[in-house]
Amino acid sequence: MLRIENLHAEVAGKPILRGVNLTVMPGEVHAIMGPNGSGKSTLAYLIAGRPGYTITAGSITYNGKDLLALAPEERAGEGVFLAFQYPVEIPGVNNVYMLKAAVNGIRKYRGEPEMGAVEFLNLVKSKTKAIGLKDDLLNRPVNQGFSGGEKKRNEIFQMSVLEPRLGVLDETDSGLDIDALKVVADGVNRLRSPDRSFVVVTHYQRLLDYIVPDQVHVLAHGRIVRSGPRELALELEARGYDWLTADAA
Amino acid sequence: MAASSSEVSALLNRKYDAGFYTDIEQDQAPPGLNEDIVRLISAKKQEPEWMLEWRLRAYERWLRMPEPKWAHVHYPPIDYQALSYYSAPKTTANLLQSLDEVDPKLLETYKKLGIPLQEQKMLAGVAVDAVFDSVSVHTTFKDKLAAAGVIFCSFSEAVREHPDLVRKYLGSVVPQADNYYAALNSAVFSDGSFVYIPKHTRCPMELSTYFRINAMNTGQFERTLVIADTGSYVSYLEGCTAPQRDENQLHAAVVELIALDDAQIKYSTVQNWYPGDEQGRGGIYNFVTKRGDCRGRNSKISWTQVETGSAITWKYPSCILKGENSVGEFYSVAVTHHRQQADTGTKMIHLGRNTRSTIISKGISAGYGQNAYRGLVRIAKSAENARNYTQCDSLLMSDHCGAHTFPYIEVRNRTAKVEHEATASKISEDQLFYLQSRGIATEDAVNLIVNGFCKEVFKELPMEFAVEAQKLLSITLEGAVG
Repeated sequence: MLRIENLHAEVAGKPILRGVNLTVMPGEVHAIMGPNGSGKSTLAYLIAGRPGYTITAGSITYNGKDLLALAPEERAGEGVFLAFQYPVEIPGVNNVYMLKAAVNGIRKYRGEPEMGAVEFLNLVKSKTKAIGLKDDLLNRPVNQGFSGGEKKRNEIFQMSVLEPRLGVLDETDSGLDIDALKVVADGVNRLRSPDRSFVVVTHYQRLLDYIVPDQVHVLAHGRIVRSGPRELALELEARGYDWLTADAA
Repeated sequence: MAASSSEVSALLNRKYDAGFYTDIEQDQAPPGLNEDIVRLISAKKQEPEWMLEWRLRAYERWLRMPEPKWAHVHYPPIDYQALSYYSAPKTTANLLQSLDEVDPKLLETYKKLGIPLQEQKMLAGVAVDAVFDSVSVHTTFKDKLAAAGVIFCSFSEAVREHPDLVRKYLGSVVPQADNYYAALNSAVFSDGSFVYIPKHTRCPMELSTYFRINAMNTGQFERTLVIADTGSYVSYLEGCTAPQRDENQLHAAVVELIALDDAQIKYSTVQNWYPGDEQGRGGIYNFVTKRGDCRGRNSKISWTQVETGSAITWKYPSCILKGENSVGEFYSVAVTHHRQQADTGTKMIHLGRNTRSTIISKGISAGYGQNAYRGLVRIAKSAENARNYTQCDSLLMSDHCGAHTFPYIEVRNRTAKVEHEATASKISEDQLFYLQSRGIATEDAVNLIVNGFCKEVFKELPMEFAVEAQKLLSITLEGAVG
């Protein structure tokens, strides 16, 4: 599904990633953990195609395609979705209207016919219920005036409507109370299937109680310094990162 | 930015759709302006003596006035003696009664612009007055309007057929010597539209005037007068285009609106004059005076404008809030791309008690465009409990463009409440990336963001116009981000 090989990336001449290798098979959930500034968000952004980074070496292959050669909207068309750490506000653009443009943008990319208004609204209705998103948020401008929790819920709601093949969650759990955390986790778990994968970037082991990963990776100083089963996260919680990051620096 | 530079340049080289020229025999006055030209125009229109005298008075005033220089726009001096002040398609030299007499080339021109003049083909519910260079070529749905008592005709016709109304109201909102361009217009105005809505009448359809400048080296000076009598309502739309030329052309119009007791006028403009090319060659100089007079109690005048065209725009649709409880509104989207310059805004003059005004201005600058908002809110001593709310937002789409705000607020009554909010922001890469990451293509994402920015203004436009405005905006700004 996703193969990242020897990925090096920098911002304004400053190296952020220094040789990341990661392979995610269909149906798997991989957690990326690590201290602040280790490059976790950069990795998530690079998968989604955010401009502003220079890739100096390495590759990202997704279902056999060179992901780095695709524009962000083409990646979305291929089934990549990024849940933002800081969802962006877009004044005056209705949340549902934006989502309809997204659904049809993706369909257009795939050569499928546009989804009609009725079909779309039924889809939205069924998903809002599942996520527990308040109806009035649907018709408000995208993320504007949303609380932190509402923004994150909105990300998961969008993900559930767009049904990506690869979901990347960038610290979706940060700043959430336990109820909101469960909603986010439920959203992901409902989408889990043998042909859908997730990369979950998080600071805290807590989220992994609800979204149980197949593998946990520790990113430090731009490299993955340790990979292991779910228990690695528990160990990190008990011991911190220092014992792993000392060598990487 | 994700869009490749070749895509962007392809989009930047788009054609101005309305830029074609109609080759039609013209009856054109020789270049230059003097008393004889004023007399000639008046004679061409078969005007009564009082109208000629009015024009001549304006001409004398104009001669003694200096050209204003305070606007935040730059252009070489205009040679007023090099322009022709009258141009008409030959076939309309005599006045037309039926569409059969209109030159087929003219009909074709309006068809190309998407404005068929045959009533059966028109959008139901919109009556059109088509003004081609200096004359009105046709007004549709006159019979249906007449049945409701509504007068909608060319200005020339109104001077002949409804002299009492014209004499009573002409120049009563924008006096002859109000400003340099208004004085020039008063002397040489050639045509335009006239509207009178009788007492307690809701105009049964939208009225619209479509202005087209065709001839070379002519100025267009039209005049619009809208009178809404007691308890009446009218919604009026105005659209404009011109051929693509390397020379600049002058458009100096005057619009006067009068709302009596409990009357409402909604005036919407989608201005798409030729804006000039990427280097700033050619394009219309749009120096226009628009003013509404809320003369009666509880009257209301709303201006909504979407300005995407013209090389230079200089216009401030204003409201004089004389009547008690009267309401003035101004909703504006002004776009400047390439080398376009706009100095636009409004004036809200509060004279009556409990008068209220709202100003929502959205300026969008792209390329090397310069966009200035200039607004005056004046609360006179007599205006007890006056209220104003002003919101003025600027969106920058490139590193070379500019946004400027010049608000003037004068308050002479302590009970007034005046609010002014202003923001300026660059179209954000974060917003673009967010939408793209959802599967929305770059151009669509830009459109979404810009339309969201303009939403408060677009929702004030009549339905068909709102769609048109959105399309126009997306065409104007294609390839603008970078």
